[in-house]
Formats: sequence, C-alpha cells, structure tokens
Amino acid sequence: MPDLGKYGETILTAYAATIILVAAIVIVSLVRSRKIKRQLAELEARRNG
Amino acid sequence: MSIWEFANPVRFMRLTGKVLPWITALAIACLAIGLIWGFFFTPEAINFGSTVKIIYIHVPAATFAINAWALMFVASMIWLVRRHHVSALVARAAAPVGMVMTLIALITGAIWGEPMWGTYWEWDPRLTSFLVLFVFYLGYMALWEAIDEPDKAADLTSVLAMVGTVFAVISRYAVNFWNQGLHQGASLSLDKEEHVADVYYIPLLFALAGFFLLFLALVFLRTRTEIRARRIKALQLQEAN
Repeated sequence: MPDLGKYGETILTAYAATIILVAAIVIVSLVRSRKIKRQLAELEARRNG
Repeated sequence: MSIWEFANPVRFMRLTGKVLPWITALAIACLAIGLIWGFFFTPEAINFGSTVKIIYIHVPAATFAINAWALMFVASMIWLVRRHHVSALVARAAAPVGMVMTLIALITGAIWGEPMWGTYWEWDPRLTSFLVLFVFYLGYMALWEAIDEPDKAADLTSVLAMVGTVFAVISRYAVNFWNQGLHQGASLSLDKEEHVADVYYIPLLFALAGFFLLFLALVFLRTRTEIRARRIKALQLQEAN
C-alpha cells in the first residue's frame, strides 16, 4: 500500500465509490442478460417443441 | 462490408458475440494496468499531493460520461433518419452506462474537491453542467420505461437525446466557455501539445483505454439483451394472435 498521507481516506473513498458503482452496473447488466437469454430460450423451445 | 450491415440484428448478435469476450478481457487488462500503475507506482503531485491518484478514475469516468451521450446522439440520429432498430437499442443500452459514468465523475469530483477547494460542491459551470447531464440521463431512461410502444419510445427518446446533446457539449467545454469557477481546464485535450506529466499520463492512457473498453463491452452486452427482449415480445405477440 502506498503512503497516501493525510489524503488516504479521500483517495480510498473515491476508489471504493467507483468500484461499487462499476460493479453495480456490471452485475445488473449480467443478471438481466442471463434472465432474458433464459426466457428467450424457454420460449423458443416451447414453440419448437 | 458496409457499417449498415450491423443494423441487421442477426449480424449484430453474431459479430458482438464473437468480439465481446475479447473486449471484456482487454478492458480488465487495461483497467488493471492503469489503476494498479497509477495507484501504487506514481508519485505525489506538487499541486494535488497524493490526491492526484483520483485522476485515474475521475478523468476516464468524466470522459465517457460525455462520450456515452455522444454515442446516444449518433445512434438516435441514425434511428430518426434510417429507422434501424438496432441503433435505437444501442442508444437505450448506452444510457445507464453513461449515467453511472456521470455519477462516478460527480462523486469522485466532489470527494476530490473537498481537500482541494475546501468544498464538496460549488455551482461551478462544469460541475453544474455535469449535474444537468446526469438529470438528462435519468429523464432519458425514465422516458424509455414510460412508453410501451417501442417505435414511439425510440422517437421521443431520440428527440430528448438531441436536446441533451447541448448539455453534453456544455459539460465538455464549460471550462472554456466560462473562464470562471473552481474546476481546472481539461487534463487531456486533442488540441493541446502538453498534457499532464508523463509519469501520470501513461497510466492515465491505460485507465482511459480500460474505461472505453468496459463501456463498449457493457453497451454491446446490454444491446444484445435489448435485441433478445424485443424478440421475446415479438414471439409473445405471435402466440397471442
């Protein structure tokens, strides 16, 4: 860990907020993608089968 | 091969299905290099002290907050002129990603502002225009959700994208338009010979590349989801009839 001096809390808070927000948009996008993909596969299977 | 071939949903799905894993892997690599290099291996700056390390997240997020809207503008124009459904869905897919980038820029800017300016917030031209851009993102996303008829939703959101472009441009050039306020001039610019010092510049370029690739990967992933959701609606309508 580098010596961040008196601004350590400031820098870590900025990085933590960024990681949380990026993780949130990635997770939400992946979850919805999988859900819609599964729904479409089920629908097409029902129509074809 | 013409770019318009990608307006075909089947071709778009085929191409993005192939490139998405590579773009994702490259995004992770660039982000890891840029952020680890910037956070652990760059020195303190004379003016900013160790807070200069925030540049590796703040500048890329702010850059793609504006560029996401630029993409929405272009995609919306294509929808309005050529009526390609994929372009409307690209614009829709880019909005939440751009909104998150804007929020990251606002939050990290406020956190950085406190030790530098003595305040988290000031009604400075660039800060205010970014806040307005954030509200435009929320409005754009809400408008898509509020209208059931897809083509009508695409039409109205495209008009909103045109209007919001004014604020995206103001966000980018606010520090040039108004020579006042707390925010410094652009750290990176294509028309400047000198940028930040090389010791910060190179890891910043990696971070920018990482954010760009992450943005691209998320837009592709979300557009693919929107195309599949449209297909589900179409099949459900066929079943109902």
